[in-house]
Amino acid sequence: MDRFSWSNGLLEINETLVIQQRGVRLYDGDDKAKLDVGVALLSTHRLIWRDVKNHECCIAMPLSQILLFEEQAAGIGKSAKIVIHLQATPANKEPGPYQHSKYSFIKLSFKEHGQIEFYRRLTEEMTRKRWENTPASQPIPIGTGSQAGRTRAVGIVGIERKIEEKRKETDKNISEAFEDLSKLMVKAKEMVELSRSIANKIKDKQFGLRSYLLSMGIADPVTRETHGSGTHYHMQLAKQLDDMLQAPLEERGGMMALTEVYCLVNRARGMELLSPEDLVNACKMFESLKLPLRLRVFDSGVMVVQLQSHSEEEMIASALDNVSDKGSLTAEEFAKLLGLSVLLSKERLLLAEKMGHLCRDDSVEGLRFYPNLF
Amino acid sequence: MSFEWPWQYSFPPFFTLQPNVDTRQKQLAAWCSLALSYCRHHKLYTLDVMEAQESPVFNNKKIERKLSMEAIQVVFEELRKKGNLDWLDKNKSRCLVMWRRPEEWGKLIHQWVSKIGMVNSVFTLYELSNGDDTEGEEFHGLEDWMLLRSLQALQADGKAEIITMDDGKGVKFF
Repeated sequence: MDRFSWSNGLLEINETLVIQQRGVRLYDGDDKAKLDVGVALLSTHRLIWRDVKNHECCIAMPLSQILLFEEQAAGIGKSAKIVIHLQATPANKEPGPYQHSKYSFIKLSFKEHGQIEFYRRLTEEMTRKRWENTPASQPIPIGTGSQAGRTRAVGIVGIERKIEEKRKETDKNISEAFEDLSKLMVKAKEMVELSRSIANKIKDKQFGLRSYLLSMGIADPVTRETHGSGTHYHMQLAKQLDDMLQAPLEERGGMMALTEVYCLVNRARGMELLSPEDLVNACKMFESLKLPLRLRVFDSGVMVVQLQSHSEEEMIASALDNVSDKGSLTAEEFAKLLGLSVLLSKERLLLAEKMGHLCRDDSVEGLRFYPNLF
Repeated sequence: MSFEWPWQYSFPPFFTLQPNVDTRQKQLAAWCSLALSYCRHHKLYTLDVMEAQESPVFNNKKIERKLSMEAIQVVFEELRKKGNLDWLDKNKSRCLVMWRRPEEWGKLIHQWVSKIGMVNSVFTLYELSNGDDTEGEEFHGLEDWMLLRSLQALQADGKAEIITMDDGKGVKFF
């Protein structure tokens, strides 16, 4: 840690910010440095560290000081680290937080992750050694907000640099997205937007990429037609479902919840699984394709596939018989009796109630249905 | 004579406000009828809503079911609409229960007056509700406010006239 010098954190005129990472704690060798957690900044010339709470506390070290560096994986209760081995202190080094250290290496501990990208950038900068080409001169301020890294743009060079920044930003986004699953969730939205805009740009020209995007579950913004005319794919799918579902439907008394259908169908397919959206769209086409199946939505929002031959009146009449037989039934008891799922049995009882054949008894004991004697 | 409960009283769904509109109408009709006949049997003229929830009318301990406060309010509103109930306060915590409507009482009283041939005579209110002569009549013991309303109904019908005397009110029947 005695290689660091106090710094005002301002970048020099040919110095560019490459990457910054919050939540970094410094270690003097194996010991925790007598500094708090802060922000580590990597520029083309230096490694800078600034205290998050006290912005005055800022230290820097030229990259030329770095001999070699390696990653240290995270452990239980330990954050991932980058260990940086350093050259001997030059004679003209400015004062810093440590006068002397027994170690010639430091560690950066990444308490909020980000070490993979930081390591990658550090490797890049250490390979390119850009500090050798552009000598240090007058400093210019860096912003401390999230937009830090924008250099003042002058002329074409400035524009080029801006484009380069943008590309790096996108690049960074993509790598960060894959690093941590929770970050992926946040980045996913941006990713989808990105791929949508790409899809828009290439349109019909490159069928390969578009079908790839489709298979990733991203809707094709160009030709999406919803139920009604539908796409050829959904029509084929609907016919396939009709074949596949006849037998299971018979077994289950002519009705299956859409979720059950989804599981059944995908289990049978093995590969090339269906998305829920595709399943619903295919089911919506049953009627127009004159297939003997129907998609039905109950008041509660539950969706089922049922055989067209399925007669609701018969079902309700038999439900009434069952309830009268036993005096009263709950949805669970009814389900057990018929071998139906609880969800579907409840729907049937509710329908019978709606028709006036049953009435309900709602108490702390639960919801029971009685024949409507009123 | 003990009160006879209707068949619905032992039917658990009776105590759940039915979502089906047609079923609900029948249910409420049964509740109104039960509430009124209970009050008539026990000669109750006022009800306190809080107490009502614990009273056997709305609370059948044998089948462990009771009507929710929300449902009780619905039943009371139904009674009010039919003219059998009047709220005593804005908060709807106490009400007058008219298991016989004022018009019906008025008719009974007038019938009795005609029967004993005392039409065109003047009666005090006290005489009507608490007099020896009226003992055995249904309206004997009728509370003042109810009696007054009944006579007002007769008055509106032209069958009586309420007179204010020195020591109270009286009524002349036509």
